[in-house]
Amino acid sequence: MAGFDHAPPPFFKRGPAPLALLTFYVLVSLALFVVDLRLKSLDLLRQSIALVVDPVQRIAQTPGSLVDYGRKYFEGLQELQRENDELRHAKLNTAPGLQRLEQLEAENERLRRLLVVKEREKAKGQVAQILYTARDPFARKVIVDKGQQAGIAAGQPAIDESGVVGQVTRVFPFSAEVTLITDKNQAVPVQIVRNGQRSVVFGVGNGQLELRYMPANADVKVGDTLVTSGLDGIYMQGFPVAKVVDVQRDSAYSFARILCAPVAGVENFGELMILDARKPLPEAPAAAEPHASEGKSGQRVKKQRAGKGN
Amino acid sequence: MQPTFSSSRILLPVRPWFIVLSLVVALLLNLLPTAYWPGIPDWVALVLCFWSVRETRRVGMGWGFVLGLLMDVADGAVLGQHGFAYVLLAYTAASLSRRILWFPLAQQALQVLPLLLLAQVVQAAMRLAVGADFPGWSYFIGPFVAVILWFPLTFVLLLPQYQPVEQDPDRPI
Repeated sequence: MAGFDHAPPPFFKRGPAPLALLTFYVLVSLALFVVDLRLKSLDLLRQSIALVVDPVQRIAQTPGSLVDYGRKYFEGLQELQRENDELRHAKLNTAPGLQRLEQLEAENERLRRLLVVKEREKAKGQVAQILYTARDPFARKVIVDKGQQAGIAAGQPAIDESGVVGQVTRVFPFSAEVTLITDKNQAVPVQIVRNGQRSVVFGVGNGQLELRYMPANADVKVGDTLVTSGLDGIYMQGFPVAKVVDVQRDSAYSFARILCAPVAGVENFGELMILDARKPLPEAPAAAEPHASEGKSGQRVKKQRAGKGN
Repeated sequence: MQPTFSSSRILLPVRPWFIVLSLVVALLLNLLPTAYWPGIPDWVALVLCFWSVRETRRVGMGWGFVLGLLMDVADGAVLGQHGFAYVLLAYTAASLSRRILWFPLAQQALQVLPLLLLAQVVQAAMRLAVGADFPGWSYFIGPFVAVILWFPLTFVLLLPQYQPVEQDPDRPI
């Protein structure tokens, strides 16, 4: 017989029955699945397995990146020169704005101080290279080449040259996983530039974003730009996120269906800027203070709330 | 006519290191960038299924579970997703191994198809049940390609077990 073994069959020592083993492994797998998904407390296990898998993964990626490198090399000098010229032009085009930026920032800071408004945080971060897309077909994630060793922590936002790309969700010693804003479980608090209306934009999963829970008569038009509102304490204010591409107002539903396309090259390969984590939100203590100081007069608090509702 | 036991060739006993090597190579193949192309089979599932059918006593659910954990971390999937599917695959393959091995290769492949499809469907069901988005039908093409590969795979993985051409005249068989 094909699978014949020359050793005598083990009559007595056969280990646990297959069905018992199956039950055991199935239970352990399901427990892992639920704990990892709901409690998210298995990061240490994942990181230690990643220490083994990561080098293998990088080795497996080498042929692909070599092919890429070769193709770029043979793309030729002319292509590069053309690109260089274009970049120089682009730089010149943005120069007037950029040169005055420093002065404007200083002025803004001074005016804000005059108005007793808290200073805006400055965006800082580090550049990371996208290594590969995570192979999980159920989610949209990319792996970048900086991790715990570079001081990356879960929760940091990632942007590219034109807008928000996503957020770091898992960190490994030498790499990190960035969940793209188009992932189904990713939400970004945004603001419409034209009228300042706040909302939250959700990933749909097919590369598009959706502005949910906006009333059917909301003031949203095709072409509106959405920027981060900064209310979440994760994304800094003012980074472009998406452009509205389709608004369907169906009177049968109380909400409008608003589809947006990401501004950043979310599905592209290349480099990302991983922004440092924001300082803890200043709003939370500010909101708590009036309650504490004006706690004596409950009416005023109520009035404020009523005012906010309008 | 009764189905004959056509795979009658007497094989050498398998070398354990070859099983481990083939599983590691399968894992490497799964980590290649080709894994993004539609229709590329899950190599680990395929090789695991092969050894579960051929060497029920050596490769089983334990291997499936460990390889599943590795694949989960490598893919960035939820822990336990691949493990669950591979354990089920190894169990069903092992329990059907006598029957599958009775048939010639083409019919073996036909019997393996539902097993591989089961592994894929189980994973999709697990993730869809907790709110992931549908990955598209191309996710289910892999098993069909894998089944076509059952023929070359059997040849390659059994190659070290075929008897040497120069027979030892003192050997009884």
